[in-house]
Amino acid sequence: MSTTPAFRLGALALGLLAGVELCAAGIENRESKIENSAMVLIPAGVYVPLQRTAKDPAQVAVASFRLDAQPVTNAEFLAFVTAHPKWRRSQVSRLFADSSYLENWASDLEPGPKAPLNAPVVRVSWFAARAYARAAGKRLPTTAEWELAAGAGYTGLDGRNDEALNRDLYAWLARPVPAVLADVGTAKPNFHGARGLHGLVWEWVDDFNTAMVTGESRGDSGLERDLFCGSGSIGANDTGNYAAFMRQALRSSLKGNNTTTSLGFRCAADLPTR
Amino acid sequence: MKNPTQYLISAALLCAAFLVLPARASEGPSDAKGPVVLPPTVLALPVEQAILTSPPHVPPPIKRNYSARVIVNLEVLEVVGKLADGVEYTFWTYGGSVPGSFIRIREGDVVEFHLNNHPSSKLPHNIDLHAVTGPGGGATSTFTAPGHSSQFTFQALNPGLYVYHCATAPVPMHIGNGMYGLILVEPKGGMPPIDKEYYVMQGEFYTSGRYGEEGLQSFDMGKAIDEHPAYVLFNGSVGSLVGDKAITANVGEHVRIYFGVGGPNLTSSFHVIGEIFDRVYPEAGLSLPNANVQTTLVPSGGATMVEFKVDVPGTYIMVDHSLTRAFNKGALGMLKVNGAEDRVIYSGKEIDAVYLGAQAEAGSDSAKREAELKQKILAEIRSNPAIAGLTKEMQVEKGKQVYMGLCFACHQMDGKGLPGAFPPLAGSDYMLADRDRAIRTVLKGMTGPVTVNGVTFNSAMPPQEAVLTDAQIADVLTYVYNSWGNTGDAFTRDQVKAIRNEQH
Repeated sequence: MSTTPAFRLGALALGLLAGVELCAAGIENRESKIENSAMVLIPAGVYVPLQRTAKDPAQVAVASFRLDAQPVTNAEFLAFVTAHPKWRRSQVSRLFADSSYLENWASDLEPGPKAPLNAPVVRVSWFAARAYARAAGKRLPTTAEWELAAGAGYTGLDGRNDEALNRDLYAWLARPVPAVLADVGTAKPNFHGARGLHGLVWEWVDDFNTAMVTGESRGDSGLERDLFCGSGSIGANDTGNYAAFMRQALRSSLKGNNTTTSLGFRCAADLPTR
Repeated sequence: MKNPTQYLISAALLCAAFLVLPARASEGPSDAKGPVVLPPTVLALPVEQAILTSPPHVPPPIKRNYSARVIVNLEVLEVVGKLADGVEYTFWTYGGSVPGSFIRIREGDVVEFHLNNHPSSKLPHNIDLHAVTGPGGGATSTFTAPGHSSQFTFQALNPGLYVYHCATAPVPMHIGNGMYGLILVEPKGGMPPIDKEYYVMQGEFYTSGRYGEEGLQSFDMGKAIDEHPAYVLFNGSVGSLVGDKAITANVGEHVRIYFGVGGPNLTSSFHVIGEIFDRVYPEAGLSLPNANVQTTLVPSGGATMVEFKVDVPGTYIMVDHSLTRAFNKGALGMLKVNGAEDRVIYSGKEIDAVYLGAQAEAGSDSAKREAELKQKILAEIRSNPAIAGLTKEMQVEKGKQVYMGLCFACHQMDGKGLPGAFPPLAGSDYMLADRDRAIRTVLKGMTGPVTVNGVTFNSAMPPQEAVLTDAQIADVLTYVYNSWGNTGDAFTRDQVKAIRNEQH
């Protein structure tokens, strides 16, 4: 996927301001002590983008890949920040995480009562999520990969007509974010064995910043990116799938250093090459 | 909190950042352009903080006769609230209420608008103010992630009352969850002074459960697409404007309601039962108020201002006059007016009397016309065997109405009377033994002991000769003689007339 001009501008800006730090962030400790959590195999499939322009393909082929069976937990993220001090709350650069990064943790190395160890980690930035993935020898899933995996129901490959899944998903959407999140184990696994893709937290994807982008025109009026009235309905292939719309809306509202109370992540990995 | 020195340092650092990298000035989506460079004339304007109110309240009128720089701080909150008794809903709100905070500014004001999305929000939101001239009405500049804040500036060019709403996809869901409100841009001369101002807004809710189904309800996109809401509401909940929460006024006062429709879909037929709007500003345009309007149509995403003087105390019901919405889906509010009665304008109920129908004064024109009409009807019935054959059944039906209006209180619905007080008519040996005596009893009444089916009663039945016509007596007796197991021929008017005229 080619980077858009605006993203390049952003990266350039980061480079100018952050200089050495950016490079440091890019090279992670290969002797990470993070234990790789269980992963599930997502078979190859086809992702139909929610929105696209005439230049975009109607379908995106997704190769088979591995995906974490559950979102990264506070315990796992604690191990990461313990091993990588510059990602601790008190030390992280504002360029890579905004001021509410890990704000629900009691302190740098103590998640505390508002962030149970087995609950998904939230208030993490895209930069932090990427750094974690790299340290674990993984990467973040792409939008196409994430949506393909999340498209499964509890009992079959196609979750669109899985009533139980839809009921759980829409019930979750109807509730505000709880002060303390539930353990990842409480989420029901889907057909692939992945828990919590719906109904637990939103999750970062690697290419979140391509949501709603029209191709080369990031510098235009910004209507498409901002997903307001008109552009929110023009070019959408399935206006009934409003949960997907909400994910797209959330992704396109974010910047890489943003954190929110309901946004976590999980990692993906390519299949070993033979 | 920071002290002033820290602010200065922050400001200096911020300026330095702008110098180096203007594109990174904010933490929002990457299209933030940085603060607008305002010309000295605008910078010289006095700065004030907008007063925001939650419904049904309206901020005080603007007294100044000059433009200002107005700072608006609006917070987006996703909160669980009451949709109806026992029914909860997660409302997405501007300022914690549905509709959102009322914003009041003046034509020509330069507004620095801050949209603050609370950290506990699940979703990004933005705002499209119909009062704004520019792409998206501000939506393109206010797309804000949870826990973030966006700022943009606009100048209020056109006076009027405008809807604002969230315009984040899926837009109908954001609006359907309560994200709308009103912004009033007062004309330079101000709104005409008035005694009371209120803020009412209609919107519909598409809940997973039917109307009244208890528990926390979810949004149902299917119902939204079909435009089949379970609720149509004023100010976001059933009963938001009734009882103790009704809006109020005193007799003699002039009331203005700022009324808007958030939708997302339905148009309102706004009406106040028992009032006539002295003035309506159609579609909230200020130029040509209409006079003496009963019901005004307010489109989804539109507004109106209605003004009326309250002359008579009492409770006035506000409705969407598409009435199943009012009486079955919740679109109902109350205005309570206190003060002295003016019985010339409205007397209240003067008399409550028994009405038996067809009692026009004898000899009057209407009585003559009625008599002619009756003759015609009689002729018609006689010449039509199909109708004539129904006569007894018709008499029974008509007689039943007389019985239910007059007789049932003593003889009871089932004709069994009341033991020890009123004798039965059902299977009454006394009554069935003598048809003429039955007619006479209805006409003249009866006082003293009477034995019915072996039981002696001693009470009084009032005479009905001044109350019932011959036809009515014939009908009611036909009913009584053909009900509860009784069987008998129909009574005729002539039979009743003969007894009425008999000499004693």
